[in-house]
Amino acid sequence: MGDPTAAPFEALGQVPIVLYTCLAIVVIAVLVVAGILLLGWWGSLWRNWITSVDHKRLGIMYVVLAVVMLVRGFADAIMMRTHQAMALGEGSGYLPPEHYDQIFTAHGVIMIFFMATPLLFGLFNFVIPLQIGARDVAFPFLNNLSFWLTFAGAILINISLGVGNFGRVGWLAYPPLSGLSGSPDTGVDYYIWSLQLSGVATTMGAINFLVTIFKMRAPGMTLMKMPIFCWSAVVSNALILMIYPVLMAAYIFLTLDRYLGFHFFTNDGAGNPMVWINYVWVFGHPEVYVLVLPAFGILSEVVPVFSSKRLFGYSAMIWALLVILVLSFLVWVHHFFTMGAGIAVNTFFSIMTMIISVPTGVKIFNWLFTMYKGRIRFEPPMLWCMGMIFTFVGGGLTGVMLSLASADWAFHNSAFLVAHFHHTIIGGVVFSYLAGFVFWFPKAFGFKLNRTLGIASFWCWFVGFYVAFFPLYVVGLKGATRRMQHFMDPAWQIYYIVMVVGVFIIALGILSLVLQLILAIIHGCKLKGNLPVGKADPWGDGRSLEWSVSSPPPPYNFATVPQVSTTDAYWQMKVEGKPIKTSGFQPVHMPSNTAAGFWIGIFALILGFALVWHIWWLVMLCFIGAVASFICYSFFGDHDGYYIPAAKVQEHEEAFARIEAKGRKA
Amino acid sequence: MEHIKKISYFFGAAVLMLLLSGCDIAVLQPVGYVSKEMRNLIVVSFVLMLLIVIPVMIAVVVFAFKYRASNKNAEYLPDWGGSHKLEFWMWIIPICMVSILAVLSATYIHKLEPSKVLPESVAGNEPILQIDAVALDWKWLFIYPQYGVATVNEIYAPAGRQVLIQMTAENSVNAFWVPKLGPVLYAMPQMNDKLHLISKEDGVYKGRSANYSGAGFAGMEFDWHSVSRGDFNAWVAKARQSRNRLDRAAYLNLAQASQGNPVAYYSGVEKDLYYRVVNRCVVSGTVCNEELMKIAAAKSLWGQLCSVFDPGVVAVK
Repeated sequence: MGDPTAAPFEALGQVPIVLYTCLAIVVIAVLVVAGILLLGWWGSLWRNWITSVDHKRLGIMYVVLAVVMLVRGFADAIMMRTHQAMALGEGSGYLPPEHYDQIFTAHGVIMIFFMATPLLFGLFNFVIPLQIGARDVAFPFLNNLSFWLTFAGAILINISLGVGNFGRVGWLAYPPLSGLSGSPDTGVDYYIWSLQLSGVATTMGAINFLVTIFKMRAPGMTLMKMPIFCWSAVVSNALILMIYPVLMAAYIFLTLDRYLGFHFFTNDGAGNPMVWINYVWVFGHPEVYVLVLPAFGILSEVVPVFSSKRLFGYSAMIWALLVILVLSFLVWVHHFFTMGAGIAVNTFFSIMTMIISVPTGVKIFNWLFTMYKGRIRFEPPMLWCMGMIFTFVGGGLTGVMLSLASADWAFHNSAFLVAHFHHTIIGGVVFSYLAGFVFWFPKAFGFKLNRTLGIASFWCWFVGFYVAFFPLYVVGLKGATRRMQHFMDPAWQIYYIVMVVGVFIIALGILSLVLQLILAIIHGCKLKGNLPVGKADPWGDGRSLEWSVSSPPPPYNFATVPQVSTTDAYWQMKVEGKPIKTSGFQPVHMPSNTAAGFWIGIFALILGFALVWHIWWLVMLCFIGAVASFICYSFFGDHDGYYIPAAKVQEHEEAFARIEAKGRKA
Repeated sequence: MEHIKKISYFFGAAVLMLLLSGCDIAVLQPVGYVSKEMRNLIVVSFVLMLLIVIPVMIAVVVFAFKYRASNKNAEYLPDWGGSHKLEFWMWIIPICMVSILAVLSATYIHKLEPSKVLPESVAGNEPILQIDAVALDWKWLFIYPQYGVATVNEIYAPAGRQVLIQMTAENSVNAFWVPKLGPVLYAMPQMNDKLHLISKEDGVYKGRSANYSGAGFAGMEFDWHSVSRGDFNAWVAKARQSRNRLDRAAYLNLAQASQGNPVAYYSGVEKDLYYRVVNRCVVSGTVCNEELMKIAAAKSLWGQLCSVFDPGVVAVK
C-alpha cells in the first residue's frame, strides 16, 4: 500500500499557490507574535485570556477562532468557484484534480466543524450564563479545556495545508475512498485526528451547558420561563451528546482500518463500506439541527427586541423544538434515498423528513406574528433576522422537494442539492448567527459595531447569496453533479460566471464585517483596552436577563442573583421600575485561572500531529504530557478560587447605576 | 440604499433571463417514462409548496413595512403573545400540506421503485434489455449479457424497449445517472442495485457518475444512444467484431485506475464475470462472498445472523 507518511513537503515544493499561502501565513503569524511581544501584551494576554476560565472571555475567543476560520473556508469557496468558471469544455482551470478535491473537502470540513461549531459555542458561552442569571458555567475549567482542544483541532487540520495534504474525500469521507486503498496519504489522518479533538471538545461543551442550564438558573426561572435561546441550547446540546459519540466511534473504526489493517470498511476481509454511510448520517443529519436550532433560538431573542413586543407563541416554540429533537433521529436515510433501499424504507424516511417541516414552519409563523402589530426598528440584527425568514422558507421549499424520495432521485448529489443546503445553512444558520453576533456585540464590549457597515454587510450577503446560489439550482436541474473538477458542457459557463459574481458580492459582505471589527479594535486601542462601563440595554427594549447588567458585564455577571417571575425577566424589572441596587453587597467567589487547559491543548495538538506522521515516541511523550497535566491540575491546581471584595463590587455597581441614571434622564 | 435596490433588480433580471432562456434543462425536459413521472412530481410539489412560501415571503416584507417603528398609525400591541385560534391554524396548515405531500410521495415511491419492472402498459411485452454496469476507477463498464458484448463509456439501447441496468462498483461508491431518463442510483462495491428505464425518443443523452469517487471522477461520463432497433442491431454487430475479449484477466487489467478512457468494445465476455465482480472473486483463487457467507452461516449462530448477504444478481437465462 505504500507509506502514507512519505513526501511530507510535496505540496510546498510543487504547488506554488500552497507555497505562497503558507509563506504569507507564516509571515503574518510571526508579525502578530512579534507585535504582541514588542508591545508587551503577552503577560496580559496570558492572564486575561489564555488562562481565563471566564465564560465571557472564552466565548469571545471562540468567536475570534470562528471568524478566522470563516475567512479560511471562504477562501476555499472563492478558489472552487473561480476554478469551476474556467474549467468547462476546452478550459482546464487552474486546479488539478488532486488539489481541487482537497479544496472542496477543506471547505466543508472547516465551515461545519471549525467555523459554525465554534461560533455556536462562542454564542452559547457568552449568552447562556447571562440569560439564566448565573455567574459562570457549571465547569469553568472544562470550558477552558474545550476551547483549547477545539483550537488544537483547528490548528492541526490547517497544518495539512503545508505539511502533507488535506483529505480528498468530501466532508464525510465515505470509505473505501477514505480507507488506505483510496487515500494512501496523510490527508484523511489529519481529518480523523483533528475531528476527534474537536469532537471531544464539543461533547464536553455539551455536558457543560446542559448542566449549567439545568442546575444554575436564577431562582424563579422555571424551565417554562427560560428564554427560547436557552431552550434551543438544551435541545442542541442534547443532540450533540447523542450524536458526537457515534461519529467518534466511526472515526475509531476507520482509524483501526488505516493504522492496524482492520476491515471495518474495506472491500476485502468481509468489510462493508456501506455501514459507514449509516454511521456518519446518524451523526450528520442531527448535526444540521445542532446548528440550526440555536439559530432559531437567536431569532426568537432578536425579533421581539426589535419589534418591541412579546414573542408570539412561547410554548409552541418549545414544543416545536422538542418535536424536532425526536424527529431529527428518524430521517438520516434521506441522505441516501438513492441506495436502492426499497419501497418501505424510502416511504418511511420520506414521510418522517416532511413531518419535520411542520414544527419548523410553526416557528416561522411565530416570528411573523411577533413582528405583527409591533414597532419594528431596522437595526442590523433585525435585518439579518428578516433576511433569514425570507431566505429560509425558500430553502425549506427545496428541502421539502428533496424529501419526496422520487423527486430526490433527480436531485441527489447534483448542484441542486448543494444549492439547497447552502440555502438553509447560509440563509438559516449564518444569517442568524451573524444576527446574534451583532446583537450581543455591544453587550460584550459596551459599544455597537458600525451601523452603516453592518447594513452593507447584510445586503451584500443577502444579494450575494441569491446571485451565487440560484444559478446553482439551474445547473443542477441541467444535470451538473457536485464536486466536479471539470465540466464537459461549455454552455454552462455563463451560470458559473454569475456564481463567481455572487461569491464576490458575499466577499464584500465579509469585508464589511471585518472592517466593522477593525473599527471596533481601533476604538478599543484608543481606550487602551479599558472599556468604560456602559449602559445595560444598548438596543433598548431588551427583554432577558443579559440586558439587566452593565455592558460589558462585570467578571461576576450579577452582583446579586436576580429573582425571576416571568418569561421576560428584564422587561418585567423595567415595568416594575426596580432601582439598581448600589449597597449591601457580599464578596463574590470566583474560580481561579488555570494554564492546564492551554497545555493540554498544546500536548493534544502535537499528539495529533505525531499520530498523523507515525512518530511513535512523540505520541507517547505527548499522551503522557496531556494526562500528566490533567492529573497535576486535579491534585495540585488552585481549586479554592478567590473573592472579589464587596467594595470592588460596589464600585462597579455604582458606576453602572450612574450611567443608567444618565441614560434615563436623556 | 437605492443603488443596492437597482443592483439587486439587475441581477434578479439576469437570473430570470438565464432561467427562461429556453435552453436545455435535462430534469425538466425528460424523454423517458420514469423521468417524466419524476418531473410531474417535482412540478406539483413545487407549486404546492409555493402556496405556503410565497405568502410567508410577502408577509415578511408587508409586516416589516407596515409595522415599521416610524409608522405611528399602525396598531401596536406590545403584550400580545398568543392566540389559540392563530396557533391552531399555524399547526394545521403545515400538517395538511404535509399530509397531501406524504400521500403523493408514497404513491410515487411505489410507482417508480427502480428495482420494479415497468408496467406493461408503458413498456409493452418485449423482452427486457439487460445491461450489467460496473463503475471502475474512472470509467464505466457496460456488459450486455444477452449479446455477449461489453463497452466502456457508451450505452446503445433501442428506443421504446425497457432496459434493466444492474450495477455495482469495483472500488469507491459511484452513482449511475442519466438525467433525461431517470433516477440517480448508487453503484456500490459488493452490492447490486437494479434500475429499470425506458427511453421514448431517439437521441443521445448524457450520463455520468453522480457520486464523487476520486481524482478521475469528473471524467466519468458516457453517452446513452437511444436508437431504432435496426441501428441497435448494427451496433451490436459492430461490437461483436471487436477483437478484445473480456475475460477475468482482461477485466483486472481494465480495472486499473485510468482517466479519459475512450469508448471501447469487447466481445466474448466471460460468463458470470459480473457475478464475480459483485462477489469479489474475479482474481482466481479467491472465494466468492456468497460462498463465504454460506460457510459463516453454517459455522455458528452468529454467522447465521450476520449472513443477510444476498446481492440478487440477475443472471441471463
